[in-house]
Amino acid sequence: MITDLEVLETIRMFQEQHLDVRTITMGINLMDCADENPERACTKIYDKITRYAENLVSVGEQISKDYQVPIINKRISVTPISIIAAASKVDNYVCFAKAMDAAAKACGVNFIGGFSALVNKGCTHSDEKLMASIPESLAQTDFVCSSLNLASSRTGINMDAVRSMGRIILETAELTKDRDAIGCAKLVVFANAPEDNPFMAGSFLGPGEPECEINVGISGPGVIKSALETVRGQDLGVVAETIKKSAFKITRVGELVAREASRRLNVPFGIIDLSLAPTPAIGDSIARILEEFGLEDCGAWGTTAALAMLNDAVKKGGTMASSFVGGLSGAFIPVSEDEGMIDVAKRGAINLEKLEAMTCVCSVGLDMVAIPGDTPAEIISGIIADEMAIGTFNNKTTAVRVIPVPGKGVGDMVHFGGLLGSAPIMHVNPSSCKAFIDRGGRIPAPIHSMKN
Amino acid sequence: MSTNDKNIAVMTVVGSDAVGIIAKISTILADNDINIKDITQTILDDIFTMIMIIDLSSSKINIEDLSKLLTEVGESRNLSIRVQLKELFNIMHRI
Repeated sequence: MITDLEVLETIRMFQEQHLDVRTITMGINLMDCADENPERACTKIYDKITRYAENLVSVGEQISKDYQVPIINKRISVTPISIIAAASKVDNYVCFAKAMDAAAKACGVNFIGGFSALVNKGCTHSDEKLMASIPESLAQTDFVCSSLNLASSRTGINMDAVRSMGRIILETAELTKDRDAIGCAKLVVFANAPEDNPFMAGSFLGPGEPECEINVGISGPGVIKSALETVRGQDLGVVAETIKKSAFKITRVGELVAREASRRLNVPFGIIDLSLAPTPAIGDSIARILEEFGLEDCGAWGTTAALAMLNDAVKKGGTMASSFVGGLSGAFIPVSEDEGMIDVAKRGAINLEKLEAMTCVCSVGLDMVAIPGDTPAEIISGIIADEMAIGTFNNKTTAVRVIPVPGKGVGDMVHFGGLLGSAPIMHVNPSSCKAFIDRGGRIPAPIHSMKN
Repeated sequence: MSTNDKNIAVMTVVGSDAVGIIAKISTILADNDINIKDITQTILDDIFTMIMIIDLSSSKINIEDLSKLLTEVGESRNLSIRVQLKELFNIMHRI
């Protein structure tokens, strides 16, 4: 029998601590949509997505009502479009992005990921066409998200692609400058990109994944924060235990929703992504959890240690609660999407270099960071190169989602709206890395990649 | 009808104590053929807290509509009323 205290604990999680399931993401394989004729390929893509995901939103809403568990987002991820479009005789891939966008709108989801390419070792002709089409595609669509895997621990870092992406990010910003460069909020570059990640903007369905699957991203920073408030002053072992217990409970809710969605949609359950995903709402912040450890500000010395422990304890607690764990699984530290992070960034209590250090021990990377619009392309490439190196050489996923906002400088605020939040423009070290980036080529895989 | 977990729900009523809360809620449940299997009532941190285990197997309305109905009743009396399937509590608190 469940005790009264357990009942009330659960109720409080939903009522006061913002516990929700962040996303149900349906992955759809598009391999069979390839066609020499691009228009025909786009029709097949639209038809297949709308056929498979027809009931995704209604089923998600019904589960939410039946269990009284908020499910914030219903989303779709597809096979990287560079693979599908390779067969088509066309140079500009904007038509594929538009087909994805139209399908997303028809299904009622709020994002569709997979305008992507996996170029960690090198680019195919199709990858190059896709990359060149990113700025226009993100400017002309509403819901399409784009991602690239630029590096992996097995292959090293594709520095030619890193160089290109600096320029492509600036072009994307320029084409969406009337909306604070929002195109860049839908574009992320990875090292070691997971192929079953349900979270945007980096969600796509990797080539090793099944025909269709349901991946669920959980959340719950507010629950962890509230739990830690009950153990103030106690030693860090107690803190770790408390996080693990909360992570277990949060993940169980995700597991229940994932199983139910899988059953009702008759689509296999893929993975639960054990991530702590913040929102700009008060009480739903990762930065505030780190401060609860005993830090004056997120960004103070000790922040990296606290984040490392938080990230690890979430995984330890969550793994026990789910039969299949995957995706990014860890704490996200986006700036604009986290109320506490926005606060410390505004006050200058955190800088890009500290954020970079934190990405060594969290699940993603420099995420939703607004930088001056006049940042040179090679410096953006340099930021990417450093993050890729952290991921590649430490066997983990890292990512960069920076937004160079045209016409804005350090301290100015940008507002993306909704879950994307708002952020102050952060200072970027102006020292040049141009000659380094211009070298191009590949950074070889680290020695510990040779495990066979 | 069998009473599996999909039909058993946990109802919580949290707020300030007042005359007639249980009567009002019991009437709504009875009117809809919802059986009360268990009921506990305590004062936790000075707040009136009632937890009911209810069986919706023969209910005239589904959990979504019941939840809406009770939310309205709760709001008029400054009470927070939630209904959630017992399955959720089991999975969260039991390995």
